[in-house]
Amino acid sequence: MSPERRIAIVPAFNEERNIGRVVAELRAFDPSLDVVVVSDGSADRTAENARAAGALVLRLPFNLGIGGAVQTGFRYAWERGYDLAVRCDGDGQHVPSELPKVIEPVVAGQADIAVGSRFVAGEGYRSSASRRVGIRVLAAVVSAIARQRVTDTTSGFQALNRRALELFAADYPHDYPEVEGMVMTIKHRLRLVEVPVQMREREHGRSSITAVRSVYYMARVLTALFIGLFRRHVVPLEEA
Amino acid sequence: MIGAQTPLKVSIAATAASIVLVLVVFELVRSRRLRERYALLWLLTGFVLVALSAWRGGLNTIAGWLGVRGYPPAVLFAVGLLFVILVLLHYSTVISRLSDQNVILAQRLALLELELSSPDGERTPAADAAPEARGS
Repeated sequence: MSPERRIAIVPAFNEERNIGRVVAELRAFDPSLDVVVVSDGSADRTAENARAAGALVLRLPFNLGIGGAVQTGFRYAWERGYDLAVRCDGDGQHVPSELPKVIEPVVAGQADIAVGSRFVAGEGYRSSASRRVGIRVLAAVVSAIARQRVTDTTSGFQALNRRALELFAADYPHDYPEVEGMVMTIKHRLRLVEVPVQMREREHGRSSITAVRSVYYMARVLTALFIGLFRRHVVPLEEA
Repeated sequence: MIGAQTPLKVSIAATAASIVLVLVVFELVRSRRLRERYALLWLLTGFVLVALSAWRGGLNTIAGWLGVRGYPPAVLFAVGLLFVILVLLHYSTVISRLSDQNVILAQRLALLELELSSPDGERTPAADAAPEARGS
């Protein structure tokens, strides 16, 4: 499978303490893998540390939020003709040694997008009770809309082929993209599979979703999903 | 019954108008002319107005609490105005953020143009440092 070009897309916002190691681990795992770090308006040394570790760096001039940052990476990968892209977070919770599990179904042609799930195996990740409820609710809602069972709707550990890249390079949800992205994928009849993976706890810094925000988060995501149900054209590629 | 009552016709008209507001916002979001994050406040406005318009007993009670003796539907105006002010304030913050970002974009474009037009594409070392990181 080597003539195909692969790229890892790593969105990072103020991750100077983690990003160097994330990039180094990715490159050590597979030297043929290009690594592009999208520094989302970071105010610290995220971009410099990523570059020093050997990554290409796309430095956004201000914070776009996770959706805009990741889409920047998708656009880059699409325009540069990469055949396969993996997305992993810049905080170190996605372990490169788990990458083959995510890449495998896409390379084998069984899926257009493969999502690493913490929950398929029913184990491997601990979190607070309120967050678990939220995760369950979202999984149930997305499964119902998609008519396909999914368990981890917020996982940013994904592998995409060119069809999926084309879709997301043109249109990607802004605020909480993983959940809506899953629904979009399925509505566009791309094949999505979940694979069980292990994830690590964050090493430095804290997750962008705090307990206080999670209610607001749920309200917004559910509103977006609900309205999305009524869209005929899920993707209006940029209109004039 | 003590205190003034909301006339039925007023209630019906206000409810209809509020429902139209909700439907218009919904349609704008659905057709992607309004982003969901900017629609939430409008939807909240619409739902509150629908509730107050349709639930006459509630409107009368609230008017009583607020000391509005003569004409309970005045509370609808007050609530509507409050939400309009909130929406406007929200938009003011959004516009401020957009204009800050616009300045940054223009500056970055100017720097890039210079870089592209300089003979051997020499880079200023400062380009690696990121002084701007506002927004969101």
